[in-house]
Amino acid sequence: MSISVSMTVNGKAVSGKVEARTLLVQFLRENLSMTGTHVGCDTSQCGACVVHVDGQSVKSCTMLAVQAEGAKVMTIEGLAPSADKLHPMQEAFRDNHALQCGFCTPGMVMSAVDMVKRHNYQLDEATVRRELEGNLCRCTGYHNIVKAILAAAPAMKAAGV
Amino acid sequence: MTAAPTGIGARVKRTEDQRFLTGRGRYVDDLALARPTYAYFLRSPHAHAKIRSIDTAAAAAMPGVVRIFTGKDTAEAKVGSLICGWVVKDKDGNPHKAPGHPPIAIDTVRYVGDTVAMVVAETASQARDAAEAIKVDYQVQPACVDLARALDKGAAQVHPEAPGNLCYDWEIGVKADVEAAFAKAAHVTKLDLVNNRLIPNAMEPRAAAADYDAGTGQYTLWSTSQNPHVLRLILSAFVLGIPEHKLRVVAPDVGGGFGSKIFCYADETLVVWAAPRVGRPIKWTAERNESFQTDAHGRDHVTHAELALDKDGKFLALKVETIANMGSYLSTFSTAVPTYLYATLLAGQYTTPLIYANVKAAFTHTAPVDAYRGAGRPEATFVIESIVSKAAAELKIDPAELRRRNFIPSTAFPYQTPVALQYDSGNYPPIIDEATKVSDYKGFEGRRAEAKSRGKLRGIGFSSYIEACGLAPSQVIGQLGGGVGQWEAAQIRFNPTGNVQVLTGSHSHGQGHETTFAQIVSDKLGVPLEQIEVVHGDTATTPFGMGSYGSRSLAVGGSAIMKAADKIIAKGKKIAAHLLEASVADIAFENGTFKVAGTDKAVPLGQVVFAAYVPHNYPITEVEPGMDENAFYDPANFVYPAGTQVCEVEIDPETGTTEIVSFTAIDDFGNIINPMIVEGQVHGGIVQGVGQALLENAVYDKSSGQLISGSFMDYTMPRADDVPSFKVGYKVTPCPHNPLGVKGCGEAGAIAAPAAVMNAVRDALGPLGVRDVPMPATPLAVWQTIQGAQRKAAE
Repeated sequence: MSISVSMTVNGKAVSGKVEARTLLVQFLRENLSMTGTHVGCDTSQCGACVVHVDGQSVKSCTMLAVQAEGAKVMTIEGLAPSADKLHPMQEAFRDNHALQCGFCTPGMVMSAVDMVKRHNYQLDEATVRRELEGNLCRCTGYHNIVKAILAAAPAMKAAGV
Repeated sequence: MTAAPTGIGARVKRTEDQRFLTGRGRYVDDLALARPTYAYFLRSPHAHAKIRSIDTAAAAAMPGVVRIFTGKDTAEAKVGSLICGWVVKDKDGNPHKAPGHPPIAIDTVRYVGDTVAMVVAETASQARDAAEAIKVDYQVQPACVDLARALDKGAAQVHPEAPGNLCYDWEIGVKADVEAAFAKAAHVTKLDLVNNRLIPNAMEPRAAAADYDAGTGQYTLWSTSQNPHVLRLILSAFVLGIPEHKLRVVAPDVGGGFGSKIFCYADETLVVWAAPRVGRPIKWTAERNESFQTDAHGRDHVTHAELALDKDGKFLALKVETIANMGSYLSTFSTAVPTYLYATLLAGQYTTPLIYANVKAAFTHTAPVDAYRGAGRPEATFVIESIVSKAAAELKIDPAELRRRNFIPSTAFPYQTPVALQYDSGNYPPIIDEATKVSDYKGFEGRRAEAKSRGKLRGIGFSSYIEACGLAPSQVIGQLGGGVGQWEAAQIRFNPTGNVQVLTGSHSHGQGHETTFAQIVSDKLGVPLEQIEVVHGDTATTPFGMGSYGSRSLAVGGSAIMKAADKIIAKGKKIAAHLLEASVADIAFENGTFKVAGTDKAVPLGQVVFAAYVPHNYPITEVEPGMDENAFYDPANFVYPAGTQVCEVEIDPETGTTEIVSFTAIDDFGNIINPMIVEGQVHGGIVQGVGQALLENAVYDKSSGQLISGSFMDYTMPRADDVPSFKVGYKVTPCPHNPLGVKGCGEAGAIAAPAAVMNAVRDALGPLGVRDVPMPATPLAVWQTIQGAQRKAAE
């Protein structure tokens, strides 16, 4: 049984046929071939699949594609303002060597952007570490991810994003 | 070393980051193939069972099912056994027991997760649905799960070829000499340890995709591999018999490995084997629960150790008895890990003159066990650094002081240990001096007292590790039973317009080779970084290489690049001599320019390269056109990074919770190419070590053999709030035998950290009369230990 689903992804209207059980992350990766959003687990623990749905960070493996009907979805592919300019969070990850293998990175960055906004650009180390509860990284030991997020918060505020 | 802006020593931002940060990394599961099918593997739910029958009829009729394969099919097709590439000889000179490992179980399953059937369908969901409809009639058998009792009489037997579950009984050192030293000792410290079993959990699950071109007979395998050429060699020469030149293995972006992606697994084997039978490409990506069940696990030792000391605290002798878990089948390098990568490291940083180790490797009905970040060396470090700290506590000698008394002096290098290795270089006292300074060791007792006033128990722990990495001199590996060479290959290929491809046999799965290797070439040849492209991970484009593991990429792979660059310069000199009308002997190369010594005549490398590709004015009878050089580098020795970590913890005795309040790591990695990347490696390694010490534990139910810690909900991965920020620093003694003077940095953090953390925990609980705490020191384990000590004190 297939169901039609339509939503906006990174500013573009998209639609497709899915099964009722199709997860949002599967819709993004398989129907739309947007493979920047990753799947690192099957229990909604790792956070590699975090995207923004209507402005809030969501693990796209915990949401059915049909639940995103009509929603505005932003993925890692849509975060940078242009092809030659990165979002301040992406810049900060790069400047602080907050990524190694890159697999957790899309989810980390999307979670971090939402974290900074929810805390009104005001973060301290303990808060960042606590807020990263839902994102696992096996490479960096988190040290540089925490540094990057702390550096990005004022940069995002300054850039008005 | 003065850092050039992009050369050796510079904190260059990584070139690979752009694609990873914008969602444009390309991992195996991201691959788009025309008309793909999807595989799902039905796995054994039992640790040990006979397969009476498999009925696939209902499953085959399910929607979308293309083919179903069982062990009967692979046996009929004479698919070979998965191999173990390292022969360890036991005490009597006999090779280890090597039972077969069929990619699909034929009549017996030997661990939860053992492959029982492969379903290929139009979609991944359909393949999975159909697998549920396969009816397997199992006759469940008793399982051998408890490592400590695996070699006991009466234990359930894993393989008829390995009586008593013994894979090998191996030793190193002269037992009688060690016993004689113990007889004269002023003090003997004894220690029993369990080195807990770990599950690697790279964030990208293993994945494989295969395609077969019936027109050319060419197979392509895309695999999450740390060493695509080695994987191709194993599949070709041992398992599938596909001619090596007809199999291309591509390891594109790979999301972490930590050892678990070195090995040749059943899954990629079957995907390749099935591709021509299905006639369409096949994709498979592990679900996380499959990663937990079937990735090769790490560690898992039961050890008794004794250290003999004289009256001044000098180490006289060390003896170690270890039972090491091999799991159900021998993974690719499993046998080497608890022998040549473990017992040969038992000298640590110390002058201990006599060492004896006996290692018994046991089969159990659990997943295969093989190399995991550090591989043998963390286990050795945990034994040495635990027993040294315990001896210090028993003798009431400061633990840093006891270490200093026994360090190999800097004047003693090269230093021959009693366990085969010859350390090439090192200078350990300044490292621990720096570590005690950075960690404010002097102020610790004050902090302990302050913590006590808040009802908290504070402890501090040292771990002074050594590792042998940069694997490895091929002839030594051969003498020790390894089945492969351990050199590395590189090719530097200039294009006519002057930009460069660096093709390497190393593989990056997070280490940042695309940046570090480009820095080396930029520094050496004076080519701007942005004109250098590092290519890796594809057997069709890169020279045969051994891949990345054992902290070998820079020490061995980087050295191969240096050799290739030397050849570029040597050839360039001949061309430049012609262009400048000078003799070759008078040409010097510096900052990307060939010069005639003592004159102002010069020609830039780019012009020499152009002349090599457009050889109109060229010494064509003496020098071949083109500028494309390859090199193979076989190291003269291992490299020996060393360092000291200091961990400080605070324990809440009410809850048993351990908080790491400070963590210092001072390392000697030789020369450093990119400090930013090296620090990242250290941070990540430490957290994997902290994970082992406090959080992570692979637990099988001892009677059923079910994997209890089989998901991220049950297996505690370190999270950001489990660890602090780290204080890291360096001392440099360059490696004397490779052209970069570098040692390895990838595993150090994970090697040293478990002992640093556990020594801190033991120190914190010491005032309660606690001698040891099981690892991982979870809140429950710590709380129970405290309760036990308090009961004992009350008695």
